[in-house]
Amino acid sequence: MSKLIAFAAIQGGYKVVAEVEGQLTRALASFDASTKVGFPNTAYYLPVIYSLLGIKVETLEDLKKPLEFARGLLPPHIKLKNWLPYLGPLLDAGMAGIIAYEIKEALRYLNEPDFYIAQEDPDIENGKLWVGAADDTILRKRGVEFVDGSAPGFAAMVGAAPSPEIAKMLVEDYQKKSLYIFCAASHNGTTLIEQCLEAGMQVGWNTRIVPFGPDISSAVFALGFANRAAMAFGGVQPGDYRKMLMYNKERIFAFVNALGDVGTEWGVAAAGCVNWGFPTLADTPIPEILPTGICTYEHVVAPVAHEDMCQKSVEVRGLKVSVSEIKIPCAFGPAFEGERVRKDDLYAQCGGGRTQCTEFVKMAQLGDIEDGKVTVVGPNLGEIKEGETFALGIYVKIAGREFQEDFEPIMERQIHHLVNYIQGIQHIGQRDIAWVRVSKSAVDKGFTLEHIGVALHAKFHQDFTKIVDKVEVTLFTDEKEVAKMTKQAKSDYTVRDSRVDSMTDEDVEIYYSCSLCQSFAPSHVCTVSPERTGLCGAYNWMDCKASFEINPTGPNQPIEKGECLDPVLGMWKGVNDFIAKASRGAIKQYNFYSMVTEPMTTCGCCEAIAAMLPACNGVMTVNREYMGETPCGMKFTTLAGVMGGGASSPGFIGHSKFNVTQKKFILGDGGILRMVWMPKMMKEELKDRIIARGEEMGVPGLYDMIADETVGITEDEILPFLQEKGHPALSMDPLIG
Amino acid sequence: MADEKKAKKAPKLADAATVSIDPATRQMVAHAQKLGIETVFDRAENMKQCNIGVQGTCCKNCAMGPCRLPLPKNGIEGEDERKGICGATANTIAARNFVRMIAGGAAAHSDHGRAVAEVFLSAARKEGDYQIKDIPKLMATAPHLGVETQVEVDGEMQDRDVYEIALEVGEAALKEWGKDEGELLYLKRAPKPLYDKWTKEGVKPRNIDREIVEIMHRTHMGVDQDYKNLMKQGTRAALADGWGGAMLATDLQDIMFGTPSPLESEANLGVMKEDHVNVIVHGHEPVLSEMIVAASQSPEMIALAQKHGAKGIQLGGICCTANEMLQRHGVPPAGTFLQQELAIITGACDAMVVDVQCVFQSLANVAKCFHTHLITTHPIAKMEQKNVIHIEFDEHHAMEDAKKILTMAIENFKNRGSEVMIPNYKATQIAGFSVESIQYHLGGTFRGTYYTLNDNIINGRIRGVAGVVGCNNVRSKMNNAHIEVVKELIKNDVLVLTTGCNAIACAMEGLLAPESAAAFCGPGLAEVCETVGIPPVLHMGSCVDNSRILLAATEVVNAGGLGKDICDWPVAGSAPEWMSEKAIAIGQYVVSSGIYTIFGGTLPTSGAPVFHDHLCKDMEKIYGGMWDVEPDPLKHAHKMIAHIDKKRKELGIDKARERVLMDMEARQAIDA
Repeated sequence: MSKLIAFAAIQGGYKVVAEVEGQLTRALASFDASTKVGFPNTAYYLPVIYSLLGIKVETLEDLKKPLEFARGLLPPHIKLKNWLPYLGPLLDAGMAGIIAYEIKEALRYLNEPDFYIAQEDPDIENGKLWVGAADDTILRKRGVEFVDGSAPGFAAMVGAAPSPEIAKMLVEDYQKKSLYIFCAASHNGTTLIEQCLEAGMQVGWNTRIVPFGPDISSAVFALGFANRAAMAFGGVQPGDYRKMLMYNKERIFAFVNALGDVGTEWGVAAAGCVNWGFPTLADTPIPEILPTGICTYEHVVAPVAHEDMCQKSVEVRGLKVSVSEIKIPCAFGPAFEGERVRKDDLYAQCGGGRTQCTEFVKMAQLGDIEDGKVTVVGPNLGEIKEGETFALGIYVKIAGREFQEDFEPIMERQIHHLVNYIQGIQHIGQRDIAWVRVSKSAVDKGFTLEHIGVALHAKFHQDFTKIVDKVEVTLFTDEKEVAKMTKQAKSDYTVRDSRVDSMTDEDVEIYYSCSLCQSFAPSHVCTVSPERTGLCGAYNWMDCKASFEINPTGPNQPIEKGECLDPVLGMWKGVNDFIAKASRGAIKQYNFYSMVTEPMTTCGCCEAIAAMLPACNGVMTVNREYMGETPCGMKFTTLAGVMGGGASSPGFIGHSKFNVTQKKFILGDGGILRMVWMPKMMKEELKDRIIARGEEMGVPGLYDMIADETVGITEDEILPFLQEKGHPALSMDPLIG
Repeated sequence: MADEKKAKKAPKLADAATVSIDPATRQMVAHAQKLGIETVFDRAENMKQCNIGVQGTCCKNCAMGPCRLPLPKNGIEGEDERKGICGATANTIAARNFVRMIAGGAAAHSDHGRAVAEVFLSAARKEGDYQIKDIPKLMATAPHLGVETQVEVDGEMQDRDVYEIALEVGEAALKEWGKDEGELLYLKRAPKPLYDKWTKEGVKPRNIDREIVEIMHRTHMGVDQDYKNLMKQGTRAALADGWGGAMLATDLQDIMFGTPSPLESEANLGVMKEDHVNVIVHGHEPVLSEMIVAASQSPEMIALAQKHGAKGIQLGGICCTANEMLQRHGVPPAGTFLQQELAIITGACDAMVVDVQCVFQSLANVAKCFHTHLITTHPIAKMEQKNVIHIEFDEHHAMEDAKKILTMAIENFKNRGSEVMIPNYKATQIAGFSVESIQYHLGGTFRGTYYTLNDNIINGRIRGVAGVVGCNNVRSKMNNAHIEVVKELIKNDVLVLTTGCNAIACAMEGLLAPESAAAFCGPGLAEVCETVGIPPVLHMGSCVDNSRILLAATEVVNAGGLGKDICDWPVAGSAPEWMSEKAIAIGQYVVSSGIYTIFGGTLPTSGAPVFHDHLCKDMEKIYGGMWDVEPDPLKHAHKMIAHIDKKRKELGIDKARERVLMDMEARQAIDA
């Protein structure tokens, strides 16, 4: 009976709002009203409130308005006889509950600043189990997974399973389907997270089992995460609640699993989630709401047997997840990518500075290799004893009628995540500096080295059907063989690198579009040229070219660059025509080589954002990982909030880190010689390339002339430094005409 | 036999046991007969319907006639040679009569609308006792009348003053009755393909009054003698009603008095209270009743009632005034059109206040038998009988007038006789479903949208939607057809929207109580009702509020998934017990808005089969909607269901919907 749900959830709404009102009153009594409140390191304030109501909560005082709004949303109680319609009131009560829960969590951050641990994974040893709100760094990183399909959605799981074994089964089911598992609330004195730990699972963002918090209110972090994704990648404007919620309904495949007794406080949260189009599936016999409408299919389904929970949830949400069946003894999927092999669980390892570990993909002739053949040359696990190290060479030969040498590095780059997808195997690094750790639990299940070959063979066939006809994998563990293979690989790496590095925009007639993230940012169109890699850092021109050839109708489409309209700022007619069409007229034209005049659009995925510093007559850039203030007055998160979502904003440009040292980087504005400030970490990461590029441009000491946060974080602080060093930007033409 | 004929017979009496399915009515008719008071039911026994008038083929438009062209009993074989003195064919005569009925109906709704617009203007000018109450509705309505809600000040858009907007809205609205160029502004609220059809057919109303006047001209002796051309004008006047006068009336009433939202109330004669001063408000315009409601709640009036020995003041409504007071204030309807005399016969009616439309002149005769004050209030609606009191209601002194009327009722309380008999029948109902409140209840503040309804139509839980409306008619068993049709529809998973006396009839039978969903509906509709918490029959207001049904039908189109025009989706209209000219006007605007519309009883077109076919067949090709007639309630309902099924098939939703599971590729393919 929906009526009973409405009855309970509306009661829950009153209860939660009243409780939080009390908490806010107490907080206002003990703190100054101007005390800052909010979630850590985010440009989205309290994200549910900000995204739906457009209210920016910054201080304790600011919490009053949304809480009053929540109070106003509470509908009259439902009469059990001659009732008035309750669906709308139920959803409103749910929203009131969600808003109150978010305020409750903000107050927790204020009252107990150490309650949550602000990192991706919990610190189990020190009892810091709960990670709380995801910061913007996590959002960007994980948001991309929602974009590229490696995470089709999330399961918000509240409560606890009847036993740790059932918890493990449930959660692993979702992991295998690559969903995120957002956990909150408790049942019978325990939590799903504690059960997972008891069952020996690793929890944290890296294994997609996210311990948000122990209370039902922490579930609000899941909704905040979803809404921030819609703002960051989807360009949904704060306050446009209808669009926000529809965006979630249509594109974020999430649902709630209620494990345990559904009381009024869970009820109101579940009702709130229905506003997002996220249905609830419960393991207890609560009333069902089956007609469709607000959600794509059913709204509440119960009781669902634990063994059916995953399949039923995905089905009710209208999601299809293709799980690749790989014939290896371990589970396989992106959810296991971030899993670590800890010291205690380590069976054996290779690479990582201890031994040589190299991976190398080489094109072969169709007749020369045997598809599916996996050979281990040298000792295998078993012969390699527990606690030992070994050398490893992963040598993959691929043949295919459509295969080209250019695809080798692209295929090779897959090895990192594909090996990591194997549960119990950890892979770090790439090329000749790889590092593979094999866990005891994997070996216990029967894992041996040829399974790496089996996984690569299967996934290469699956993901690259068009270009791959045959795959043969050899795994060398014999040290001499590994050394021999490494030598050949290294010489190939050099050839490949110079091929990409020496290409110029003038060399090619075709650029590539990249609309990989368009499921999130509909108006943004990236154009990738040889000298401008994609702003997410993930795709260079060669990758796009390969991607197009692999999948001609995919996200990378060739653009005939056409007549050059402005060689200095970098504008081509063909490109303009393409973007006008692709952005549906929103963007008519843009320049490749300028951030001042009609710059390229920026989406939320960019690795770094450059901004003008007028007083220094130069520019700065800041990478995503840098959390501090910058001389432009905005942190990365703030810049991304202002810029993301497909806007072309003169004075700002999103770009990849690597792009800073590419020759065409804002060349129309003076190039890298305009660069007056960068975070130290980014500067050091690019050190060699910045030095080389400075020399090329006739300023050999450029690297040391660029200020960082140790010099200052305002224009006033860094200007004397620039003057002292004689930074070239100071004597260039004014940045703005 | 011959002797009997000559002797003066006593008038026949109706069989009280069979006059209605409603026990309160049966009880009161019997009671009236015992008291020797004649009611409409008895008169129907003695007044046979004119056989030629019923067929629509009597022409009395000139003094060479009346010409009577009844259809021969065995129909017409070969060419129809019937003609009037001037040569007018049966088609011409029936069409002229039909469009004159449209003119009458459109005039009634639209004149009601005009009166509201005039009061609205005085409210906008802050004169008189009315206010601008519902500002969101004002803001939503203004753009449709070309009134800006914001103004640019120093490059910034600012909200305009509410009363400034209201004034312009009122002025723009009033112009719709008599502007000298252009077309009705509200036509653009219809789906574009429908608007385009009206343009193509040349039936877009120019202004409201003109279309009615033109009907009177065209149907004058010797003017328009082509039934198709006559019906074009009939359509034009009907549209000027539905998408003009009536819609303006609804909107302006909502702005002044509040847009209805669901509330609980009761219905039937049992709502009257023996120990209260009972005031029955009957007629159509809420301008009067709003003030009476406000006055009846004033401490001053309540104290006065108590001083006169009553416990309080009980208001009750009849006809659409009842619906207006109900949907905004929860004042219970005391009965339908056919129960108006019965309210007085309870002996407990201390005053009956009437304004316009559907008011029996016989009320004066009935009132004469009791202490009841019968008070007419409208300058255009007076009665010849001496016992009728006329208190002209003036919007500038509305509260004063209302209090004066109530005071008369209160002072009359003591004059009740001993023969008070209030039937102990009433039912609970949930009313107050406006286009806006339905949208809210289909998803709340954040997700409210008609798509929720569409989704359940597409998935087949709801088979379709029916608007079942209209009067009741003493020529058939009161409310029998109403209730049978509605019950059959909901049993077959058709969601029913109701207005007018059908709504009151449904309320009296408990169909507007939410519990009725589980009792009477098919499983799909029951499940949706259970989810939303609604009854299977939604009370959308008075007869001018049929405009709400037009707009709701448009919202369904706009919400997507069910075609591009009103005629595309599974919806049908019905008036099972119609009697007034307003019903014909409504029928025609509903048909020409693309909706299959079926009437119960008879249609005054049966005497002109070619014209009848024009309405029932040709109309579909022109507008997508068409007329039909079927007196048998079950067949009537199944004809509607057949139409709904036809539309489901055309939309390809006649099969179970497939569960579409999205993969990443499909998700990336979602349009921005």
